Amino acid sequence: MSTLNTSISTEQTQREAPELAPAAVQDKPEETAIEYGQTVGTPFADDAKFRLRDVEVYYGESQAIKGVSLDIARNEVIAFIGPSGCGKSTFLRCLNRMNDSIDICRVKGSLELDGQDLYDPRRDVVELRARVGMVFQKPNPFPKSIYDNVAYGPRIHGLANRKSELDDIVEDSLRKAGLWNEVKDRLDAPATGMSGGQQQRLCIARTIAVSPEVVLMDEPCSALDPIATAKVEELIAELSESYTIIIVTHSMQQAARVSHRTAYFHLGNLVEVNATDKVFTAPEHKLTESYITGRFG
Amino acid sequence: MQPANLIPLIVVLVVIAFALGYARSRALAVPMGGIKHLKSLPFYYAARAAMWCGLPALLVLACWLGFEGKVIQTLVVGSLPAELQPDSAGKASLILSQISNVASGALSADVVPPAIAEAASRLTGLQQSSQTMMALLVICIAVLGGFVAWLRIAPHINAREKFETTLRRIFFACAGLAILTTVGIVFSVIFETIRFFGKVPITEFLFGTSWSPQTAIRADQVGAEGAFGMIPLFVGTLLISAIAMVVAVPVGLMSAIYLSEYASPRMRGIIKPLLEMLAGVPTVVYGFFAALTVAPFISGLAAALGLQASAESALAAGLVMGIMIIPFVSSLSDDVINAVPQSLRDGSLALGATQSETMKKVIFPAALPGIMGGILLAVSRAIGETMIVVMAAGLAANLTANPLEAVTTVTVQIVTLLVGDQEFDSAKTLAAFALGMLLFVVTLALNVIALHVVRKYREQYD
Amino acid sequence: MTNSTSQAEIVRQSLKRRYRKERRFRAYGIAAIAVALTALVVLFADIIGKGYTGFLKTTLTLEVTFDPELMYLEDPTDPAQLRNGDYLAPLIAALKKELPEVSGRRAERALKGLISSYAASDVKDLVAADPAIMGTTQRLTFLASDDVDVFAKHRDDASYSIKLTEQQQAWALTLLERGIIENSFNDVFFSNGDSRDPGHAGVLGAIVGSLLTMAVTLLLSFPIGVSAAIYLEEFAPQNRLTDFIEVNINNLAAVPSIIFGLLGLAVFINLFGMPRSVPVVGGLVLMLMTLPTIIISSRAAIKSVPPSIREAAQGIGASKMQVVLHHVLPLAMPGMLTGSIIGMAQALGETAPLLLIGMVAFIVDVPDGFFSSATVLPVQIFLWAGSPEQGFIERASAAIMVLLAFLISMNALAIWLRKRLERRW
Repeated sequence: MSTLNTSISTEQTQREAPELAPAAVQDKPEETAIEYGQTVGTPFADDAKFRLRDVEVYYGESQAIKGVSLDIARNEVIAFIGPSGCGKSTFLRCLNRMNDSIDICRVKGSLELDGQDLYDPRRDVVELRARVGMVFQKPNPFPKSIYDNVAYGPRIHGLANRKSELDDIVEDSLRKAGLWNEVKDRLDAPATGMSGGQQQRLCIARTIAVSPEVVLMDEPCSALDPIATAKVEELIAELSESYTIIIVTHSMQQAARVSHRTAYFHLGNLVEVNATDKVFTAPEHKLTESYITGRFG
Repeated sequence: MQPANLIPLIVVLVVIAFALGYARSRALAVPMGGIKHLKSLPFYYAARAAMWCGLPALLVLACWLGFEGKVIQTLVVGSLPAELQPDSAGKASLILSQISNVASGALSADVVPPAIAEAASRLTGLQQSSQTMMALLVICIAVLGGFVAWLRIAPHINAREKFETTLRRIFFACAGLAILTTVGIVFSVIFETIRFFGKVPITEFLFGTSWSPQTAIRADQVGAEGAFGMIPLFVGTLLISAIAMVVAVPVGLMSAIYLSEYASPRMRGIIKPLLEMLAGVPTVVYGFFAALTVAPFISGLAAALGLQASAESALAAGLVMGIMIIPFVSSLSDDVINAVPQSLRDGSLALGATQSETMKKVIFPAALPGIMGGILLAVSRAIGETMIVVMAAGLAANLTANPLEAVTTVTVQIVTLLVGDQEFDSAKTLAAFALGMLLFVVTLALNVIALHVVRKYREQYD
Repeated sequence: MTNSTSQAEIVRQSLKRRYRKERRFRAYGIAAIAVALTALVVLFADIIGKGYTGFLKTTLTLEVTFDPELMYLEDPTDPAQLRNGDYLAPLIAALKKELPEVSGRRAERALKGLISSYAASDVKDLVAADPAIMGTTQRLTFLASDDVDVFAKHRDDASYSIKLTEQQQAWALTLLERGIIENSFNDVFFSNGDSRDPGHAGVLGAIVGSLLTMAVTLLLSFPIGVSAAIYLEEFAPQNRLTDFIEVNINNLAAVPSIIFGLLGLAVFINLFGMPRSVPVVGGLVLMLMTLPTIIISSRAAIKSVPPSIREAAQGIGASKMQVVLHHVLPLAMPGMLTGSIIGMAQALGETAPLLLIGMVAFIVDVPDGFFSSATVLPVQIFLWAGSPEQGFIERASAAIMVLLAFLISMNALAIWLRKRLERRW
């Protein structure tokens, strides 16, 4: 977070946003216009893990992502927010090519992970996904035991040579996910019998068991109750020490609590990227301001 | 009058009843100041009249047609002179077929005893008068019913409600036919089966290892008793079904997996209908293919390899039956695999699993109960399949597990025992019903288990 | 980070092995599809290859002199003489004219082997219809014998055994070269009923039998199936009886078809004393068999009508029955029709239950009503496939093609209906 670049925003008409006040309601409509591919704030970073330029995503004829450029720094937690249907999940799924399985989906632009093109035809998806893990909106544990769920990734990738090594990986991952103490006595129990919050943390443990460099989280708490949400958020904070985390959320409070930077998407455009406290206290763009003040969502 | 002509006549009467009913209800409404003063629309009064006209008449017609044959048979047999009176059900059916052959002219009246010829002319007479009476009765009932309903058209009657209630009862009766069919099946096999067990001990049937139902015509012939052990038939059925499943399960399952996970929508759109074509081919066509192409090919191939293969090998029937069942397995597996939530696929792919790893380690285990249910249904289908085995498997009841030998199956024996003229009380004929009972019980058990498993599986992901 | 880097390395190293497995798995899938499609292609190729000759008949065309002396027929108007005339003699004489080298009684008998046994009765019919024909010479085309039929079509095919003697083969070849024996479109096949003689056998009787049987099945199963579906979807209360009906329907859909044959035999024929081998009983049995299919597909069609339509109609004050009859039924009709056509196609191809109710009898006449003895197309195929005469095999294949043509058109109709009338909500 120390090396965020300065803004190269071309949006000159911006002015200091007023306090979070209903005054925003009186803004003229033309001021909320977005120019294609233009982002205010600080979208670029020096030490970028992901370097994404002019990303466009199409579903058949319709364009879901409109020329988004963004850097994601090493070991930062960045939150994607925006009204539903704004493309934030689509954008997230580009980062480990989960969109590949949708036949009509096409991705254009330059997407690089550590300087290597993500969509290079020679690029190996399996390897990419081993490095960029993903946690989904709804907990999706496999209908297997708790142990087998966590061991699944290490097994398919051949990360453990012996049973004891695998045991260590499982224990370590469950500990990191804060689940070890709850499940250590029933590792053979089916994962589908756990509570929703436990299931989601199990999915996180399953993801980090393959030691990814980046963890993508697609609204990880939307199906959870507040207590479970709090636990998962705590976990994200701990994980941020060793992983780059990109989290899509529809909850602004959650973005404010867990992320370092926040990116606001609107109708496929990346409108604003800024340090999280700035976005929530002094948004640069009218649309961001309208969104966080609750004018639409 | 032929019943086929009677039905159009009833339809005409129903239309007339409807028209008259409509006219009367409108006429009644005029002095009251229009149809809005009727309790129901004229349509409903008319429909009620039509129903009264058609329903009882059709019911009587159906009953008459159902019982006519039996009543006439009893009358004719009863009128025979005492010395010709049949002493057993078998004789009765023999005499009856003789009489009806004379009556239809297939057998000349000169070559039978005069009493039979007389009975034949009585049969013809009875049939004619029965048809006349039936026609008269049915028409009377239709006219009477229509007239009564027409008379009862009155403004204060809620014809709509009555019409709808009757209609609802008809709908219910139609749905209840499913129960009636099951009851019919159970009773039609159970009575004959009980009679069969009166002749042949149930233990012999269930555990006997020899099957030769040819009961002798003369009592002193060798092997006059016949043997009714169903084990060889059951083993033969299982052998052929097993061969069929060995073909159908891997091929059906793998094509379903490929089509649902790998194939492009275009390819799926072409291949799936082609696979379904296999399911639409009638079984008699498969039987023809098995008997005249596959069986000679297999026995030729076996001979070339220095093996002994019978001309009607279990292998030929099993292979072709397997081909027939491929689309069945593949469409059931396809359903089941598609019912596995996409989130599980995503979860596995996001961990860096390849598609085949996802399939083998996540989707397949998750879908396994459903797939097992589908396979059970396919097994039940293979066990009950008739034409392929009738045409391509043998008649010899060999107790063997060698797929190159000829075996026979439960269904083959049912067909063999029941096709052609039968005496209805011989152990041979009754054995067919006992086999039918066995077949029904086994397939029913498989179906119940399979449907239960599949439903439980679906509920899990709903 | 070193930990993670080394793990990335492990993953990279494992990739080659894993992609090999992936390719193998994919290959299994393609192989499975290839097996299934090969089976389909072989099946169709086999039937067409065996059967296309069934659509050809082998005929002899000769100048036949109706010589009263030769035929022992001085007065063709006398029924007694007409009955005892020798109608084969003029045909043999005409053949001898074409093959002058033939002489002697034995050779004449061999010549007889070239002519269909039905040719003589055709000649008799000609004379009976027009007595003035006697004494004239006519150019007649009549069927060749089965052995000639097989020889003319399959003399180069090792799987057929030629029953003609060397001498007869030589004659047949000569006649073939001269165009006297020739193959033409087999109109007999489409205008006759069954026969003991393959050359004289046709599918018309079976087609008519199938149509009559299907008419009974359709007329009963469509209204009953639709009514049952309406009851179960719209009116049935949630109780044990309803559950029991549903369980019954689901199980009946999977009961082997031959069991329905047993039901037909025990109930319709033995209990009610209905006649054997008639389309009515066949239709009733097939109706019971297809009913579950029709009910299940009709229910699916009713289910697909959105509840909002029902609510809209009920909101105006329509009764439940009016909602069903005026709105749900018309909207669900395309789906019901499609399901019924598919059920009918199933019934049309069904054989086993009909064997048990006696529709396997050998029936020459084309059935003329719902209560006259009949057979159906699939049973006819079964009968011919089991015949020892070689000529019946190709006719069975040809009959299969006719049956498949019917089935394919029915399915095409169902697909067309679905495409044409289907509504997407």
